[in-house]
Amino acid sequence: MSHPITRPDAQVHLGVFFQGVNHHTVWSDAESGSQIDPDSFLRVAQVAERGLFDAFFLGEGLRLRESHGRVHDLDVVGRPDALTQLAALASVTTHLGLVATQNTTYNDPADLARRLAGLDVLSGGRAAWNVVTTDNAWTGENFRRGGYLDHADRYVRAEEFVRAAQAIWDSWDDDAIAPDSGAENWADPGAIETVVRDGASVRIQVRPTVPRSPQVHPVLFQAGDSPAGRDFAARNADVIFSAHGSDLDDALAFAADVRTRVRAAGRPADDLLILPGTFFVLGDTDAEAEEKYAWLKRAQVTGATALSLLGYIWGHDLSHLDPDGPLPDLEATTVEFDGTRGAALKEGGRRKLAEQWRARAEAENLSIRELVIAQEARRGFVGTPGRVADRLVEFVRTGAVDGFNISPWIVPDGLDDIVDTLVPALQERGAYRTAYTSTTLRGHLGLRVPLSHRAAADDVVGTEQIAG
Amino acid sequence: MTDAPTFTLALEVDADGVHPNAWRRAHHAPGELLSAARLLQVLRGAENAGFALVTIDDSLLPVDGGVPGRIDAVTRAAFASGRTTRLGLAPRVHPRAVEPFHLAAQLASLDHVSRGRGAWLVGDDELPGLARALDRTVPAGAAERTAEVRAVVATVRDLWDSWDDDAVIRDSTTGRYIDADRVRYVNARTPTFSVKGPLITPRPPQGQLVVIAPLGLVPAHDVDVTLIRAATTEDGLRAAATAGTPRSLLDLQVTLDTEDATGTQRLDALGADPEGTDRPHFVGSGAGLVLLLQDLAQAVGPTGGVRILPTVIDEDLPQLSRHVLPSLRASGLLRGPRPAATLRDTLGLDRPANRFTRPKTPAPTRQETAQELSA
Repeated sequence: MSHPITRPDAQVHLGVFFQGVNHHTVWSDAESGSQIDPDSFLRVAQVAERGLFDAFFLGEGLRLRESHGRVHDLDVVGRPDALTQLAALASVTTHLGLVATQNTTYNDPADLARRLAGLDVLSGGRAAWNVVTTDNAWTGENFRRGGYLDHADRYVRAEEFVRAAQAIWDSWDDDAIAPDSGAENWADPGAIETVVRDGASVRIQVRPTVPRSPQVHPVLFQAGDSPAGRDFAARNADVIFSAHGSDLDDALAFAADVRTRVRAAGRPADDLLILPGTFFVLGDTDAEAEEKYAWLKRAQVTGATALSLLGYIWGHDLSHLDPDGPLPDLEATTVEFDGTRGAALKEGGRRKLAEQWRARAEAENLSIRELVIAQEARRGFVGTPGRVADRLVEFVRTGAVDGFNISPWIVPDGLDDIVDTLVPALQERGAYRTAYTSTTLRGHLGLRVPLSHRAAADDVVGTEQIAG
Repeated sequence: MTDAPTFTLALEVDADGVHPNAWRRAHHAPGELLSAARLLQVLRGAENAGFALVTIDDSLLPVDGGVPGRIDAVTRAAFASGRTTRLGLAPRVHPRAVEPFHLAAQLASLDHVSRGRGAWLVGDDELPGLARALDRTVPAGAAERTAEVRAVVATVRDLWDSWDDDAVIRDSTTGRYIDADRVRYVNARTPTFSVKGPLITPRPPQGQLVVIAPLGLVPAHDVDVTLIRAATTEDGLRAAATAGTPRSLLDLQVTLDTEDATGTQRLDALGADPEGTDRPHFVGSGAGLVLLLQDLAQAVGPTGGVRILPTVIDEDLPQLSRHVLPSLRASGLLRGPRPAATLRDTLGLDRPANRFTRPKTPAPTRQETAQELSA
């Protein structure tokens, strides 16, 4: 089914996600380098900047994932603190946006808003915050607060947290700092506002220490896919991550839903950019790319990983089974959450999923490993650079997405062929920048001024100026 | 490899200098203070001068009498890490203001991005208004505050050792990326917080970052370098002798003669500094400072050092760089960091074994105890 091109001039935005901690990162291959050495981060960032990417993303870890009461040992484990690593990259890159995933449940607004503002100022307006929430006590065991939020309250706190951060970023007047050394004070005390918040969750009084950055506020990303998460993004975020970037119909449905929510929040429909996560497998021919994809799946789903993923569904340690043999006769457990992989399966979800998996294995006569590979949905694009570029342009110009957030499966060199072959193919199609035209992330993404400043423009405060 | 200890020189680099009016004498517009260019200029200046490390003062909230604009010190240190190669980086972080788990990961990450040049200057946590700035309960009262500071330091150190150096095994045969037996829960429990562990970040390149703390704030066994602030250098030397830590640094403010004015004239022009009376203050020529530092080095020995607090960075750092450190190097007193050295290398501190795996001193057996009792 073909969809109308609604945005014939739309451009593809690209970000790179240095992901690591899941089985999609192939660490066993000879080409795979260190996952913690600063050179690996530098290499990915420099290639992304050469490819004129909008942004470099880091995830967040708050507790190492576990399998059956032990630290999960089959995937990449261990990563740097996102903001610290991005600060190091800020001094050796010039244009690339720097996105830190940071949690609102286990941070203090005054501290996190200040760190983000500092990165934003030092990077010349390239910082962004991917706002995430956590509700489980298992993660809370590493933090002062413990697991203190239930599922519904986590977005209440997140919203109050974001509002507090925005107030902190707005607390300095643009001309707060003295123009020269003859002034009475280094900063005019009347030009720095003490931020006072008295919400249900965030109750603070703080005098912020960081002036405005060239992009005024760090860009806000949000990744929740639940209705509450989508509404949160519609009210607060500049960019929404999604898992809806491989099937065009699905992506269009997601975009329509999100844009309805954005309009309901009183914002223009195009105010929230959509950047689904994806991966690319490129080859000189489609057949070669498919062959590489088949290899990739086998590399990602090793025998041990297949047994681990099966055990996750079943709720039992199945590591003693033969991955190339049939499914076990064992029933799945009904235990809801044991810390395995740091995520929960819903009540009853295991049994239902296990029945579906068993039915497929029997129908197609699949071994455990074959079944796990078959069950993994293809969430990326496989083909020649030209063919993939055509698809990306179609996604963007039908209005389904605004770009893609790429997870390379080889670190640190997995971005090279994308930048060397896919980016030129996009440029040939007039769908990708040929040079940076801005120095800030807000500028790269073509975003409007921060939400809090649009309200201010109608106020007695006067017109806000924004640097591109 | 670790060098033999020598006299250490550190430099405090926050703001435009330690004098509250330093910003008036800075060689840049006031607003440039927080810029990337200014930060790199000062830290590279300190590195090229031959300082072993810089400390970066900070607090979550503005401090009375200080410049009210400040970027988080860990962020500044990490930013500078990519554009420096030898300089130790010691951000000051106050323990009550942070999550111990986050702080351990941030500092471990600073050590990774700087290839082993990270340190932590433990803040004393005397921050008026902290409880109101944070949306959680903050331990109040001097005893609770001290207990909290010590508990955070101990927990952060445990978290740095929650990974063995060789935890990542990348064993394709078994499909295991790490050996799960080589990462561990720390199960820290204190009156005000608990942390399960392990850290999300692998063990830092230095094993443990260099922990610098004011005299008496943290028990000596958790401190690598004691920072001594005494009214006089004589008091400071006496304190250094009792610190009980591998290294010590004596705070010394300096106001040097420049080509344009003597140190005394410079101080007169700057006006009063009500906070500046609690530490030794050298005012005079670079040559005079060289003599003082040589005397101090003689008195304190190779495990000692001085942290220089420049009155105005833009006026005092050039003098230090041109006249003071070269003389100290020429006299053999100062070595300065080798390229690619870790901060522990530079300070002559061994890379510590993991506290959870190093062989423990054997406990006395029952028989030995009995013998001691009968002796």
